[in-house]
Amino acid sequence: MFNYDQYLRLNKFPLIWCSGCGDGIVLKSMLRAIHKLGINKDEMCMVSGIGCSSRLTGYVDFNTLHTTHGRALTFATGIKMANPKLHVVVVTGDGDATAIGGNHYIHAARRNIDITVILFNNFIYGMTGGQVSPTTPKGKRASTAPYGNFENAFNISGLAQAAGASYVARATVYNAVQLEKYIQRAIEKKGFSLVEVLSPCPTAYGRRNREGTPVDMILHQKENSIPVSKAESMTPEELEGKIITGVLVDTERPECRTEYQRLIDHLKEEK
Amino acid sequence: MSEQKAKKKDVTITINEAWCKGCVICVELCPESVLEMRSGKAKVAHLDQCSACMLCELRCPDFAIVVVDNSKVDQSSE
Repeated sequence: MFNYDQYLRLNKFPLIWCSGCGDGIVLKSMLRAIHKLGINKDEMCMVSGIGCSSRLTGYVDFNTLHTTHGRALTFATGIKMANPKLHVVVVTGDGDATAIGGNHYIHAARRNIDITVILFNNFIYGMTGGQVSPTTPKGKRASTAPYGNFENAFNISGLAQAAGASYVARATVYNAVQLEKYIQRAIEKKGFSLVEVLSPCPTAYGRRNREGTPVDMILHQKENSIPVSKAESMTPEELEGKIITGVLVDTERPECRTEYQRLIDHLKEEK
Repeated sequence: MSEQKAKKKDVTITINEAWCKGCVICVELCPESVLEMRSGKAKVAHLDQCSACMLCELRCPDFAIVVVDNSKVDQSSE
């Protein structure tokens, strides 16, 4: 048993999320990771944008900020620059981070600012009625793609990697223990850290694509997950429709707030 | 709230019915078939089979299941 209550605003319960939504499993993994790190609640700042996943900040008893659509990373950047002692964690979804907030996303990664992003990828805009998102796989149905999506999907983790993030990992809610480990490492890591979590949306996505019950969707993750070490020796055809899980990037790069402080100190010395 | 005490292993499983949304994840993914659905909510049916693996608590998206392995609680308090 883990005492989640110490980190929750219990008067906001039960959770707003649909039956079988994976977001609650991610929330629990986050709380366990934060507890393991022994972070004081007052030193934690959680920022979210708009969307199903972004409702998370209402349930946790940290410093929290529920911001405008796509702008969670901009608020988080401001917080980190003003108060670098805070652990800043951004909770966002695939649409919030890579469509409306796509520009902020790549630039936060480019700056390599010490922010941890937990990105809930459910392949769709769940809250607003199941529209196509930038990660909806080709051929899958959405309310705005009744005959199947004809566009190519974004590789969210690949995007952060290419833009210069220090830490990038992908996990599923099926493997919640692994997810917790990655979140813990991402918060510890100095620099821009991304954990992309595949969270099933049975209501807006699963129903339209006949993916079955929440249990079927979670077991689908289990059956189609490939560890990154194994995926390296597989062909793109073999990896079609598979979920590559694991740590994709774990590297050291100059961090934005540290470099800024160095500049301030340098200019003060010159005076 | 439904609470039941195990006979063989000293495990207590508490299900908060007000928070349970009946997604069936805990029931289907329990390796020991301890839980079952009754009136759209998860219920403890075979507590004697519970191995305290905690998978139901880990995967319940609604914070509705709490599993306490009483033997471990006793050890930690010593």
